[in-house]
Amino acid sequence: MKKSGHPVIGSSGEVRTKGFVVSFAILLFALFFAACNRSQQNAGELRVTIKSDPKTFNPLMAGDDSSDIVRYLTGGVLIRVNRKTQENQPELASSWNVDENGRRITFNLRPGLKFSDGSGFNADDVVATLKAAFDPNLNAPKGDGFRAGGAAKVGEDGKDKVVIEFEHPISGLERLFDEVAISPARVAGKADSSVVLGPFSVGEQKAGEYVLLKRNPHYWKRDDSGHQLPYLDAVRLYVLSNRDTELIRFRQGDIQLIDKMSPDLYEQLHAEDAAAARDVGPSIESEQLWFNQVPRSPLPEYKKAWFRSRNFRRAISAAINRADLARVAFRGHATPSVGMISPANKIWFDKNLEPPTYDPNAALELLKQDGFRKDGDVLKDKAGHPVAFSLITNAGNKQREQMGSLIQQDLQQIGIKLSFVPLDFPSIAERITKTYDYDACMLGLTNVDLDPNGQANVWLSSADLHQWNPAQKTPATAWEAEIDKYMKQQASTLDRDKRRAAFDKVQEIAADQAPMLYLVDKNALVAVSPKVRNADPVVLTPQTYWNIEYLSLSK
Amino acid sequence: MTATRWAALALLVVVFLSALAANMIAPAPYAKQFRQDLNRPPGQQYPLGTDELGRDRLSRLLYGMRISLLLAPAAALLSTLLAALIGGAGAYLGGVWERGTKVLIDLFLSLPWLFLLLTVRALLPLDIPAVTSVIVTFALLGALGWAASARIVAASVHDLRNSEFVLQARASGCPPLRLLLRHVLPNVKPILIAQFWISVPLFILTEANLGMLGLGVTEPLPSWGNLLRELENYAALTHSPWLWAPLISLVLVMSLFQFILSGEEYTN
Repeated sequence: MKKSGHPVIGSSGEVRTKGFVVSFAILLFALFFAACNRSQQNAGELRVTIKSDPKTFNPLMAGDDSSDIVRYLTGGVLIRVNRKTQENQPELASSWNVDENGRRITFNLRPGLKFSDGSGFNADDVVATLKAAFDPNLNAPKGDGFRAGGAAKVGEDGKDKVVIEFEHPISGLERLFDEVAISPARVAGKADSSVVLGPFSVGEQKAGEYVLLKRNPHYWKRDDSGHQLPYLDAVRLYVLSNRDTELIRFRQGDIQLIDKMSPDLYEQLHAEDAAAARDVGPSIESEQLWFNQVPRSPLPEYKKAWFRSRNFRRAISAAINRADLARVAFRGHATPSVGMISPANKIWFDKNLEPPTYDPNAALELLKQDGFRKDGDVLKDKAGHPVAFSLITNAGNKQREQMGSLIQQDLQQIGIKLSFVPLDFPSIAERITKTYDYDACMLGLTNVDLDPNGQANVWLSSADLHQWNPAQKTPATAWEAEIDKYMKQQASTLDRDKRRAAFDKVQEIAADQAPMLYLVDKNALVAVSPKVRNADPVVLTPQTYWNIEYLSLSK
Repeated sequence: MTATRWAALALLVVVFLSALAANMIAPAPYAKQFRQDLNRPPGQQYPLGTDELGRDRLSRLLYGMRISLLLAPAAALLSTLLAALIGGAGAYLGGVWERGTKVLIDLFLSLPWLFLLLTVRALLPLDIPAVTSVIVTFALLGALGWAASARIVAASVHDLRNSEFVLQARASGCPPLRLLLRHVLPNVKPILIAQFWISVPLFILTEANLGMLGLGVTEPLPSWGNLLRELENYAALTHSPWLWAPLISLVLVMSLFQFILSGEEYTN
């Protein structure tokens, strides 16, 4: 008997129908699971803060921190400096080649990439962007690093190859491309980060409130399982300058990541939620002090003689208890400095340098060699002047003010009277760059570039930031001439070993002469919400979302 | 004076003497860092605990009170006298003098004096003793802080000048100086006293804020102002109630003053 409506014919037909139902159910389940999985991967909006409104969305013109964060999150670059390994990694360029002694670089571009609006990417876009970056009329901050190479010729060799030739070689040339986001040729030089090759594009901005970055649907990267990145739907950058409020909003779950926390706020968070607060170790931000060695400064001659003396500077260095500075002023979240390069700089830190040791007796011995002597509790120079000097720093920085108090007591132990004077920043700038009316100054330096060339503006005797005696026409001392020589030597070769050898010499001379007393390297302190997956904080900025493509939020 | 008021006076004298004798009764020098004893709670060795640099809090409070108790009232006295002189004289003379005084007060209130303070600090030698820097700062605060009080004084004197009893005195041939000293000033006195007491804590707190700009009392010299800066750390306050000591002592001293002096004035 045949019943209409039954699609089954015989027993085998029944089996087939059941098989179809089961297969359909599995398919539905698989689709449902995939949908769930995708929504879990892509769902959500990561929320972090920036300190102020970005001054520009033009990636070539980004000079302030907020604009630079937007550039990092939206810009596709030819070469990326991996924030974890600190090595160069291919991005839009699948490979590159530097030749002609560092004067020429050839990029092989990945084929078939698309901008966030779906338009195609090719060598024209790279050429147009780089021409804009090198254009002296535009004077783009992201082109500054290339200007050492003189005039540049940018050309394409087919659709997927770009050749750039400079007048002079630039060592560490590849790393400079980490900062140049490629824009469509039609808007190069006046791009606004709305059409990008990076994981996100600028979607919306409310001045003073937030910048919303939306997912780039055409982003080229995929994860190991072939899933298109980024996982997140959006990133919201709240404009918030107050660090206390930032922590409150983190606690409330309103933001999920915090970079560069102060030791106090870090400790507060750690006490409440130890898993969310992470100390990543020494960063490349250091605190240092230097003595005024400017010959035309209005200081009395006897003070100038103290500050010019290597023994005096080394004695002060030996009398400062760096371990206490790190333990007390930074609540243990800093590391006593070894020298001008932090151990966080994996490639260029000279591992053979001996860390300065705290030894007040050794300090007094060094001072004795220069004729200083203790008269009761007071240290006097050979002419009988009591050793007393002032140390200026910027007011309002709690850690620096505490370091000043600690150094004051350390130096008191060897009979030196230190007047510690926190001043407003413009007054400090006036004294250290114009009037040179100060004895010693304590400030922090942030190395934005890991490459030794990034240190040239401090260590070359002709540099404006050669703080102890800036902008010298000819090196004032033999050791400064030596440093100049080795800095130029490392800049003139592409051989990393030769560069390292030359830069190690610079670090050794700097440690021996101590024109800058490096005190502590601040640790990178961050907060990561447990909701954020794949977070892997590093010491380089952006510390918590350097791998933004791989971050996702759990529900 | 009542027995309660006598008790308040005795307590105030004890506070003043403690502050003045800080170098004799403080358990430790105010700048001495006991670096192995950071953030200690109150105990036998440190009655009020230690701060973030391991300094004895009680010693710092005593020394800080000495500086603030001497200098803040001095600055308040200076500003109140200037307010009485400028605001009172302008309003009493009336006419163009009064209008001129009002313009001067408005001008003083609208100008950003912070920049003058910053300039003065920048001009001072770097190796100037901390105490001198503090005295200069408080003197400047006193010299610049009179305008708000002067406006209130001027308004009061204006009302008094046009009041019936002053009019009657004037009609009776009372000379202007006598009119001022016998009829106007006694009636302005409560206002001046109130302005003085408002100014004292104001200057203490202003000094604390100036410290953040490198003005005023700087480390390691303590003052009530810079001790109060620790109250910014709300989390620490909840865990360490002894951090309230500077605020409690400030409120206590101000209240005692008010109770002893102003209370009598109001009663009268």
